[in-house]
Amino acid sequence: MSAAEPRAPVLPPAAAPAPAGPAVVETHGLRKRYGEQTAVDGLDLRITEGEVFGLLGPNGAGKTTTILMLMGLSEPTAGDIRVLGFDPVREPLEVKRRVGYLPEHVALYDELSARGNLLYTADLNGIRGAEARSRVASALERVGLAAAADRRVREFSHGMRQRLGIADVLVKRPRLIVLDEPTLGLDPEAVNQLLDLVLRAAREERITVLLSSHQLIQVQRICDRVGIVAEGRLLACGPIADLAEQLAGGVTVVELGTSDGLDVAQAIAGQGGVLGVERRDGLWLVRARGDVRPALARLVVDRGWPLTHLRLRDFGLEEIYLRYFERSG
Amino acid sequence: MAEALARRRARLARRSLALRDLVVAPGLSAVYRKELADQLGSRRFAILFVLILFAALSSVYVAANAIRDALEQASADAPAHTFLLLFTVAQDPLPPFYQFLSFLAPLVGIALGFDAINSEQERGTLARLLAQPIYRDSVINGKFLARLTTVVVMLVSITVLVGAIGIYRLGIVPTGEEVARLVAFLAVAALFVGFWVAISMAFSVYMRQPATAALAGIATWLFATFFLGMIVDTLANAVIAAGAIADVDAYVGLQNLRLTLARLSPNTLFAESTLALLLPRVRTLGLILPQQTIGMIPNPLALGQSLLLIWPQVVSLLALTAFCFAAAYIRFMRAEVRSL
Repeated sequence: MSAAEPRAPVLPPAAAPAPAGPAVVETHGLRKRYGEQTAVDGLDLRITEGEVFGLLGPNGAGKTTTILMLMGLSEPTAGDIRVLGFDPVREPLEVKRRVGYLPEHVALYDELSARGNLLYTADLNGIRGAEARSRVASALERVGLAAAADRRVREFSHGMRQRLGIADVLVKRPRLIVLDEPTLGLDPEAVNQLLDLVLRAAREERITVLLSSHQLIQVQRICDRVGIVAEGRLLACGPIADLAEQLAGGVTVVELGTSDGLDVAQAIAGQGGVLGVERRDGLWLVRARGDVRPALARLVVDRGWPLTHLRLRDFGLEEIYLRYFERSG
Repeated sequence: MAEALARRRARLARRSLALRDLVVAPGLSAVYRKELADQLGSRRFAILFVLILFAALSSVYVAANAIRDALEQASADAPAHTFLLLFTVAQDPLPPFYQFLSFLAPLVGIALGFDAINSEQERGTLARLLAQPIYRDSVINGKFLARLTTVVVMLVSITVLVGAIGIYRLGIVPTGEEVARLVAFLAVAALFVGFWVAISMAFSVYMRQPATAALAGIATWLFATFFLGMIVDTLANAVIAAGAIADVDAYVGLQNLRLTLARLSPNTLFAESTLALLLPRVRTLGLILPQQTIGMIPNPLALGQSLLLIWPQVVSLLALTAFCFAAAYIRFMRAEVRSL
């Protein structure tokens, strides 16, 4: 339940100026409708060369649809897109030649070997013969699968498949890599390995990376900038530190563990400096100006309620995320 | 000097690449080669090959024995086109080669095509495939062409094998015309299997589950092979029983209607075409009245005449194939990648 207090003050539009430099991806008023349903609703995005950009948002926020449109695999209902200077609607082949895309569920041909899969990709990109073989070998080397090159993909673990997917993307020597939920279903160790792999490749070869995820903490580590998407709209965009600072703006969130009930909520809301209070996961989340922990502690003790938890929350990506989603309703 | 040469070579390479893109759509040859390797190396292909080979060997072996006995008794020179009899003569309980083929060929087509698109969709490889710099239709065209090639390889190798055994058993070498007729027969057979590949590929585009598509293909096969004929016969019998047949004209009309309905099935088209090609004496594929045969010289037709006879059948088969492939193609090209 949540108190009848006004919601958190509307945050300043988090449109931190995009870093200078040539744009690799640029969209204006991008919109996609599937029948009645609007999947992407006026998205403005700008990703510059060499950065690692995280597209974050819950499932169904329009991340995959956006990516498909960037790749020229789906036609936008409105708006325009530039990827590496090409329009994916009119020149999809030019885009696909230069962009490596790893779909949400990495799917490879089980009956082929790792090498066979990559050679097919090379062939599809018009790379054949010795050139193809050397590129495939170096891509496999890069992701640490050189030893397993001739094993059938059927025998691969999920983590190995994911790494092979990265190798598959690298074979065409892309200038932009687009990864859709690359960390899905991996254990933390494998996630770190994978992200390091991506990061290293990106830094060494100056490849721009766009990755989508709903797993915030994992992605937080490697992204230069993030864009937060919900219901097809970009809610915020910028470096994580900036977003946190914007969000904070003197506002803190305190986690308070005590009894549940309307009277408790009202008592908390009545404290000076408290902007809002809500119950989540068995805790009260109290938004306030300044640090209200002493006041809250006193209140709880005075009323004779048990005090089980009291903590000032950091503005991690999770907090940013929650706040933005609250704002968008 | 060397540098200039290298530059020139690079320029030439670029130009030839552009030219090749014009002739062959980007990705078509890559998809084609992978699919062909997949098909020829698949267990499915091996099973079908062995099945048809055994059917062909047994029927041709029996036919060869029957022909040899007949030749020995006749003690005259072998009549024209004896070699072709290998493929049309039957001895109980085995059907002749061409009938075996009209039963099994649809099965080959269905087996090759039913999971062409939806299996990639199911595994999710299609999205990755389409994210490569290739035309979208290269995928479906390449898959279809690879399957057609597989069919041709299968048919030609089996026919050659069987023909070799025939030569060995009969001691008769095919004449030039017989070879030409066999080639035409193979072309029609490939077209026939091509129809089944096309229709099962259409099922594989329209149905998400390969199992459903396979079932739909088999249902179509059963209908075309067995039920259509039965239904047509039942209808005709009902008309006769109702006493609506008053004179010869009405009877001829009924029989023609029967034939027309039966020809809705590609199997009938194929059976008629093979008959006319392998039995040069066949001079008509419709109903013929005794008075129409007066003055007819019962000698075999020339190849050109036989081809003329089956032309409508071949064109109909071609049209059916084109229709099925177009249905698959249009749906595949228009689908959202999301739903693919």
